[in-house]
Amino acid sequence: MARPATGPLACAESISTRGRACETRRRARSGRARRRISSPPVLFELDRVSASRGGARVFHDVTLALPEGATCVAGGSGSGKSTLLRLLNRLADPDSGEIAYCGRPLSSLDVLELRREVALVPQLPALLEVTVADNVRFGPALVGREIDVAELLDLAGLPATFAERAGDRLSVGEKQRVMLARALALEPRVLLLDEPTSALDERSRGRVEETLTDLRRRLGISYVLVTHDLAQAERLSDRVVRLEAGRVSEEPSAAALASQVAGGPERT
Amino acid sequence: MSRAPDITLLEVLAALGLVAVAVAVSLWQRMRLEGDIAVAVVRSFLQLTAVGFVIQLVFRERSLALVVVLIAVMAVFGAFTARGRAPSVPRAFLPLLLALGLAGAATLVLVVALGIFPPAPQYLVPVGGMVVGNSMTAAAVSLNRLGDDIAGSAGQVEATLALGATATQAVRPLVRRSLRSGVIPLIDSTKTTGVIFFPGTMVGMLVAGAQPFAAARLQLILLYVLLGSVAIASVTAVVLAQRNFFTAAHQLREGPAES
Repeated sequence: MARPATGPLACAESISTRGRACETRRRARSGRARRRISSPPVLFELDRVSASRGGARVFHDVTLALPEGATCVAGGSGSGKSTLLRLLNRLADPDSGEIAYCGRPLSSLDVLELRREVALVPQLPALLEVTVADNVRFGPALVGREIDVAELLDLAGLPATFAERAGDRLSVGEKQRVMLARALALEPRVLLLDEPTSALDERSRGRVEETLTDLRRRLGISYVLVTHDLAQAERLSDRVVRLEAGRVSEEPSAAALASQVAGGPERT
Repeated sequence: MSRAPDITLLEVLAALGLVAVAVAVSLWQRMRLEGDIAVAVVRSFLQLTAVGFVIQLVFRERSLALVVVLIAVMAVFGAFTARGRAPSVPRAFLPLLLALGLAGAATLVLVVALGIFPPAPQYLVPVGGMVVGNSMTAAAVSLNRLGDDIAGSAGQVEATLALGATATQAVRPLVRRSLRSGVIPLIDSTKTTGVIFFPGTMVGMLVAGAQPFAAARLQLILLYVLLGSVAIASVTAVVLAQRNFFTAAHQLREGPAES
């Protein structure tokens, strides 16, 4: 599996900034760029974003920056956490406001390429009714790319013997790991993880958390992880954003962010 | 055919005795279908009587243009009816209209081109009517299944979209299932025809005095033609309607609920 670019160049090499570094773009925004000089590069910027789901407003005028690294979005049911991930993956568009990825509006990007680069792992396991191997191959096959299924299963913490098992005959925890392997097969720059341990027992939850920490250390993948468990949010992330009823209720200060990043996990 | 049976209005009224049984069952089981049964009885009487005169006119005029108009009107009414049976499919009317129109046109052109029937209203009108009727049922069943499956599998469809699949790729397994749902009933009835039910055309010809083998041959042609036409109608309706579930950015219009 090719290793994604990391650090300040990551955005520069992404689909959203072909031929132009997003770091440069941000620095051009004078004051704001100077204030963030010690912060990691910003992946997503939400500017006064409001969004609805099922006809009800679930996101209210949210302004938020999500930098590279590990961000957890914590909040209770109906707080808009899953909607945030769907907006970042463009499974939904905001009613108003703008979302940028590496400095460029999401709406200006090729949506299929964006979804391969910013891969979403949904809360409920939803595998295709084929083998585990075919599930993992599905995304890369869309662009004619071959992958090593065993290696990806290993990254997600599953033995290679799972490859030929039927996707619908797995436990919820195993399915969630296959969903993770399926997303990793896209060689994403960012993982959007929607409550990846919500249906797991304590032991399985610990193993998934170890897998995520390991992935970040080995591959340098950034992730935005949604959880209702604040303790998990603090265990797994450099920074925590709290959502309440579709509004950001708490964001870390710039200084706290810088110190969190300085002491953050090793990157390769 | 040697003679047509002479059915009087009194005999038709006598058949209403069986309708009374249906009404009685509805009342007894509180099915609340008495109104629908009454509407069905009145509508079928008016519609069949009216269309009898229309078909008589078309036969007398020997005009292929009138055949086309008649089939087109049937397709429009068929699309309206089928739309009502697939309420979860957004903007289903146009895909259904095109599906019924294409099935009717393609089938009639083929039966004439293959020399199965001569290009005369006496053949094309009844065949066209059966094609549109069966196509309407198959297309409605297919679309209804597609709508229900997409609503029930919204999470799976979005999970597939999230992997970079297009809308068409994301619903491919559901499309396959919905097409099977639309076509399988006719395949089953073709398999069991003559064993557990007698098809209407054959029965009509026998009642009119035709030789049994001649009636069977005509019925076989119709069954084979209908298999092709329902396949055309189902695939056209589903392929055109599936796009209506998505935005141009490959987003499901009705996504899963917030958790």
